[in-house]
Amino acid sequence: MPKVLKEKILRSEALARSIYRMTVESEYISQTARPGQFVNLKCSDGIEPVLRRPISICRVNREQKTFELVFQVRGRGTELLSRKKAGDSVDILGPLGNPFEISAHYKKIAVVGGGIGIFPLLFILDEYGKHREDNLKAFDLSAFIGFRDKDSIVLKDEFEKACDTCRISTEDGSAGCRGFVTGLLEEELSRKHYDIIYTCGPTAMMKKVAETAGLYKVPCQVSLEQRMGCGIGACLVCACKTKYGDGWEYSHVCKDGPVFWCDRVIFDEQVEDFG
Amino acid sequence: MKGIDLKVSIGALKLKNPVIAASGTFGFGREYSEFIDLNRLGGISVKGLTLAPRQGNKPPRIAETPAGILNSVGLQNPGVHAFLRDELPFLKQYNTAVIANIAGNTIEEYCEMAELLSASDIDAVELNVSCPNVKQGGVSFGNTAAGVSEIVGRVRPCCKKTMIVKLTPNVTDIKEIAAAAEASGADAISLINTLLGMAIDIHRRKPVLANNTGGLSGPAVKPVALRMVYEAANTVKIPVIGMGGITCGEDAVEFLLAGASAVMVGTANFTNPHACMDVLKGIENYLKMYNNHCIYDIIGKLVVNQ
Ligand SMILES: Cc1cc2nc3c(=O)[nH]c(=O)nc-3n(C[C@H](O)[C@H](O)[C@H](O)COP(=O)(O)OP(=O)(O)OC[C@H]3O[C@@H](n4cnc5c(N)ncnc54)[C@H](O)[C@@H]3O)c2cc1C
Ligand SMILES: Cc1cc2nc3c(=O)[nH]c(=O)nc-3n(C[C@H](O)[C@H](O)[C@H](O)COP(=O)(O)O)c2cc1C
Ligand code: FES
Repeated sequence: MPKVLKEKILRSEALARSIYRMTVESEYISQTARPGQFVNLKCSDGIEPVLRRPISICRVNREQKTFELVFQVRGRGTELLSRKKAGDSVDILGPLGNPFEISAHYKKIAVVGGGIGIFPLLFILDEYGKHREDNLKAFDLSAFIGFRDKDSIVLKDEFEKACDTCRISTEDGSAGCRGFVTGLLEEELSRKHYDIIYTCGPTAMMKKVAETAGLYKVPCQVSLEQRMGCGIGACLVCACKTKYGDGWEYSHVCKDGPVFWCDRVIFDEQVEDFG
Repeated sequence: MKGIDLKVSIGALKLKNPVIAASGTFGFGREYSEFIDLNRLGGISVKGLTLAPRQGNKPPRIAETPAGILNSVGLQNPGVHAFLRDELPFLKQYNTAVIANIAGNTIEEYCEMAELLSASDIDAVELNVSCPNVKQGGVSFGNTAAGVSEIVGRVRPCCKKTMIVKLTPNVTDIKEIAAAAEASGADAISLINTLLGMAIDIHRRKPVLANNTGGLSGPAVKPVALRMVYEAANTVKIPVIGMGGITCGEDAVEFLLAGASAVMVGTANFTNPHACMDVLKGIENYLKMYNNHCIYDIIGKLVVNQ
């Protein structure tokens, strides 16, 4: 159940050009949040900006009762968030949305992300990592993460530590493989079987990942983004097109998602790409 | 609430206090029941209902503007039948007034919904007259006094419940519109609905909303809303429900002083899921501060400059 919480920021640091990581102390979020869920943050104490900003939960530390958010400065809201410092408090509504389906039935796991979409994937790897400690051989975790160029690479070490295989692509080839991360995934799927694929990132990327997963008959979950109002399913602004019977309907990203099985999502009108 | 009488009357409908959740911002109450005790609300105006289910507009449906938001949800809702079957039983568990906000494309649709709802357990009907009248070239019913007279006059005989008419602010003279609603049989009026607005993404050279335009709400509209509520309250004798940009008790008190018998809280719920409760507490604190024992000690008690 989501709550409105006033929590303390323990750390705030720049990870790369315009990318920040905020570590927040929160007993409630750290104990209850699941991978794929997000929080809705108030960016200031005043009435401006009016809306909260949705940010995915990147990681939790249940022992230390903390969680991490990683975000890119895009506009006024994220700019205000980036200026918050250790010791400041932050008004959080969360945890929100439906998590990724994490199951010990899945042994060979791939996460595929691009840009700011990579952050929630770390939480998935952490969850499987816990299973892996008990039963080391059974699990095989792979991450495929894409960036624009060398300078926009973030959390590389964290990803490498959290999985068995981590492959990176950059659009300009300045690091890792040149091209899109979907290319890496196609190459990998042509020679190796996966039980499940989780993806988050630009719409065009997720669409391609979903198609590729379909081709190889691998179940796949996507995490969608949409502009939000309430974040809890009351205002109906965060619509996304999903299959319904033989037709379609508008579901809502905050309440029905943000995570969907990819074969439910209709990507044709999957709106503006924020990237 | 010891010693302070917060009860207000909206026609035959008695509310335990003047704070109502505004239509379209509170769903059917379920989501916010996780944050606040719905029993403590004066009432809930549910998401705008239509006769048949509606999918609503294409996304993006929301844009943020200075101190406000633009929305173009396009009345996505499960339809009045599904409301009565799936949502009303949930709301009736609570001791709060349930106001069914209705919208239609023809007067016949409004009448049919009013009849259905009159036979149900709801407490009041709120007629959203901001919708385009498809039989009149798509001009909104609420845009002219004649349009308001016609729709209110024709729905009135079909509606056995307290009938609130929700006015659009996108008009030249709100006084004339308010008077038309009263003369045609409204038990109360509520205002303001959203102000028609627009936001443009200059980098893409496109409107932010897929629908191009949308309705403005939130703190940005409060001064306009207040002026309109003041004008309407000074024109009609029926109760006026005020809204537009209310985020705290002080905001609500402004509307009450201007002549509103109750207030609705909309956009503020998004920022603060406890907004309705904070508004209620703020009103009580104000009454205590001035040693007023009854909400009617402040309703319409504005002293205007001569
Ligand atoms: C479920 C979900 C999870 C997200 N997780 C992350 C994350 O982990 N890290 C990260 O950097 N970003 C994430 N985003 C995107 C992030 O919410 C936006 O970048 C942010 O809201 C931009 O706000 P702004 O004020 O800086 O930008 P502005 O462009 O000034 O914002 C204007 C309005 O548009 C909305 N908006 C703009 N871009 C987006 C977007 N991409 N998605 C949704 N709303 C948007 C804002 O919330 C605001 O209401 C997530 C979005 C969603 C929906
Ligand atoms: C997302 C959203 C949806 C709305 N839907 C409806 C609706 O279905 N029917 C209606 O009469 N008003 C609707 N409104 C208008 C509000 O009820 C209210 O009149 C307006 O937002 C002004 O109040 P506020 O500034 O407190 O939000 C909606 C407003 C918003 C923001
Ligand atoms: S943001 Fe309000 S329903 Fe999703």
